[in-house]
Amino acid sequence: MNDRIADIHGELTPHARGTVWPARVDLHLEDGLAEDDVDRWVQSACLLCSNGCGCDIAVKDGRMVGVRGRATDVVNHGRLGPKGLYGSTAWSRSSDRLTRPLVREGGRLVESDWDTAMGRVVEVSRRLLADKGPLSHGFYTSGQLFLEEYYTQAVIGKAGIGTPHMDGNTRLCTATSAAAFKESFGADGQPGSYTDIEHCDAIFLFGHNMAETQTVLWTRILDRTRGEDPPRIVCVDPRRTLVAREAEATGGVHLAPRVGTNMALMNGLTRELFVHGWVDEAWVDEHTIGVDDLRAVVEPYTPDHVADVCGLDADDLRRAARIFGESTAVLSTVLQGFYQSHQATAASVAVHNLHLLRGMIGRPGAGVLQMNGQPTAQNNRECGADGDFPGFRNWDNPRHVEELATAWNVDAMTIPHWAPPTHAMQIFRYVETGAIELLWISATNPAVSMPQSARIREVLSADTCFVVVQDLFLTETAELADVVLPAAGWGEKTGCFTNVNRTVHLSEKAVEPPGEARSDLDIFVAYADAMGFTDKDGNPLISWRTPQEAFDAWRAVTAGRPVDYTGLSYDTLRGPTGIPWPVNDEHPEGTDRLYADGVFPTDTDYCETYGHDLLTGGAVTESEHRALAPAGRAFLKAAPYTPPHEEPSEDYPLRYTTGRTAYQFHTRTKTGRSRSLDAAAPDAWVELSVPDAARLGIDEGDRVRVESPRGAIEVRARVGQVMEGAVFAPFHYGHYDPSGGTPDADHRLANELTMTVWDPVSKQPYFKTAACRVVKVRDGDGPAPAPTTTASAPATTQGRRSVPATSGGAPTSSRVLDETPDYPLDPSRDPGTPTATRRP
Amino acid sequence: MPHLSTYVGLADHSEKTLAESLRAVADGHAAEVDVFHTCHLLAGWSDEHRHLLAPVVARYGEDDVEEPERLHADGLAEVRSGPVGLLRDLQDLHVLATLVQTTWTVVAQGAQGLRDHELLQVATTSNAETTRQLTWLNTRMKAAAPQALIVDP
Repeated sequence: MNDRIADIHGELTPHARGTVWPARVDLHLEDGLAEDDVDRWVQSACLLCSNGCGCDIAVKDGRMVGVRGRATDVVNHGRLGPKGLYGSTAWSRSSDRLTRPLVREGGRLVESDWDTAMGRVVEVSRRLLADKGPLSHGFYTSGQLFLEEYYTQAVIGKAGIGTPHMDGNTRLCTATSAAAFKESFGADGQPGSYTDIEHCDAIFLFGHNMAETQTVLWTRILDRTRGEDPPRIVCVDPRRTLVAREAEATGGVHLAPRVGTNMALMNGLTRELFVHGWVDEAWVDEHTIGVDDLRAVVEPYTPDHVADVCGLDADDLRRAARIFGESTAVLSTVLQGFYQSHQATAASVAVHNLHLLRGMIGRPGAGVLQMNGQPTAQNNRECGADGDFPGFRNWDNPRHVEELATAWNVDAMTIPHWAPPTHAMQIFRYVETGAIELLWISATNPAVSMPQSARIREVLSADTCFVVVQDLFLTETAELADVVLPAAGWGEKTGCFTNVNRTVHLSEKAVEPPGEARSDLDIFVAYADAMGFTDKDGNPLISWRTPQEAFDAWRAVTAGRPVDYTGLSYDTLRGPTGIPWPVNDEHPEGTDRLYADGVFPTDTDYCETYGHDLLTGGAVTESEHRALAPAGRAFLKAAPYTPPHEEPSEDYPLRYTTGRTAYQFHTRTKTGRSRSLDAAAPDAWVELSVPDAARLGIDEGDRVRVESPRGAIEVRARVGQVMEGAVFAPFHYGHYDPSGGTPDADHRLANELTMTVWDPVSKQPYFKTAACRVVKVRDGDGPAPAPTTTASAPATTQGRRSVPATSGGAPTSSRVLDETPDYPLDPSRDPGTPTATRRP
Repeated sequence: MPHLSTYVGLADHSEKTLAESLRAVADGHAAEVDVFHTCHLLAGWSDEHRHLLAPVVARYGEDDVEEPERLHADGLAEVRSGPVGLLRDLQDLHVLATLVQTTWTVVAQGAQGLRDHELLQVATTSNAETTRQLTWLNTRMKAAAPQALIVDP
């Protein structure tokens, strides 16, 4: 019986390069139940990170009681991580679930009924539409709903109300991934596949602590690094994460640039490729645009100059570039260390540039994985309930807008397309100025997760805006709402979602939601009905009722677009594995990897965007784009390094950066309600380097005050492995306190300190670059509550307090299968796959 | 070449006016954080153009006694308030940047006639960045306009 708190990644199954990843089935059942006790298993996929592991939900006596990995699923080959095992079902029976709608009466939220609550929403909505028009409405949604729900909401917002103010918390987690794809390749869409792990000989992780954020994917990498013919790992991270340690162990490199200097580092790596002739000139000539400009922009970034800006050893930079330049197949992954940091889009695009310069895209082992932060973020990008248009359509292309207008049978002028859909930070600004008077928040907790949280609380509390929140629990955000709608969660409703590498899963309803809670789809449809939204012929705009009907409506609008779902159905998704799009007549079984032919969706009439200036965000016009005649070639886009918006000063001498831990997800709405996960990371902390702690007279576990120009937290200090000059704080912790009596609950919210500032292209807020100071408040009485099994491990030079190892997870089981199932599309099935050969 | 020096002087002066006005708009609308940061960034570009032009100014002089006064546009000494005010201020910046751009165009023509490689280089690279300044202003105005015009409280 495995304790997957102590052993995050579980038993390894090392295997050789180019061979199929073995299957291992992980299982956790609550309350000491055995597999035989389970009444039935219901097909789904895990919703507790962006990896999208296939799983079955265990149902006993009408309750969800655990999960088991699906051995036949291409994503996880049966494995599950600690969050999925311990956190998938425990929340569903929490006594504090919302079971009835709440409305604000005399300043307090009181229990009500659906007619009253929805009646109030509709009354305000109608009045505002009559008085001020559609621009008075804003929607802020999630990365954790199902595609049927996003698509329904997108149609309501864009064609029913006609507001451009729709975005998701995907803006905080994955907007840069989408933006970087669009700038380089013309449209969103993950080029690579998880199967690249089996075929590469080097893996670069850019600002991506995969060992904690996607633990199952990291297990897949460990199974390569511990096997025959392993890849070398290169890690870019200011903390000495498990990834960094693996880089050291595999003969790779750990690069720890100063927070905020990613762009200088990327320009340095790019310049090395040019200088050493590691560029596939013929491929670049045929398949890209912009190489001369890129070469000119990176020219000043010599290794010594970059070392100076980033605080690195120039030889480490040279070694990392050489690994990229001399490997035969490189896989790169990118996450929040780039997306939520200074020059986010430009730095993420620079990763694409490295691959394009070497022609390393579109074949097994040579790929890019721009990761997502949330399990269904991809669907929000596809369906257009965030800042995109459904089907990766271009808001600036009138023909694309006309296609939607035809599909929905509305006037194209109804669909706001005079500018890109309003991004989340601007939506909150419009609420702040009083321009938006109805804000509808679904399945997300901005009061904890958005930057500069004191400001966000003020915005949400203001009398000028009517705030609707639909969620599973009374979150920190729901507490500020005017109407709270109780929602059904995962396992309590049916729908599809799509993971980082385009794999679509169907998640079936396993149990009834509690009390009067309804699925988000039902709530949106009820609102549309009550508002009486109709098409041009007077028929209901939302013609569907069930998830399957919504899926079919969505499927129809994807025809002819890169994100082609036309070959998918609920029936095909009930098979042994999730299926990666595009799925159509040409690719009936799905597509493991995009751009195998080196043709990109950049044609002016087809692309999702005409592109932007990476430094300013200024939009390229259609005629400018057409003049470039991209015709299927990818863009090499360059940007010089610019210093971050807030640098350390005399008053605030340290760099403040925020992030995640393996045991919590988001604002802990689900993971905090799992005993095993909560006990592993029960309270917030900050990490300091050994020299900084010594200078400040701080020992392990001492209570410290961390302050920026915007706010402060008081938590316990971990003297850990963050780079000198930097302070790390986990962002998960608001005042919600599942076990009660947590001493820091009211002063531990990491986003009190972060800045309101965002990337010019992706509009993703920068959570990782701010200046701060740290002072000791008083001696601690024990170690910090930070896990020891992760990047928050204590420094190897122990202080005066010893720190007990993190452990104590409930029992789980794990079984390596003797016979590995057959995985469709997996290139390792074919022993002839030329993994080690260079592209001619 | 009295008239080329007039235009070299105009380039220098109009870039200075644009930089100062961008900074005034940045600071006056600091609550719009993208405006704040981007306007400061763009002001730095105009500073750099003047820096590049400095050796040319030293060669040709900036003798603009003959210059009709009306060629000089006043900058934005103070900004307006609110969303519509921001829209107007961005529009004024666009006018100033357009003056900068046409000035560089004229200067580049003169530089070609004189076969002055240094000046041509300065005028061409600066003009390209002026285009990027104009593009951002246009993008930002388009995004802000409907809200400011229709529902601004």
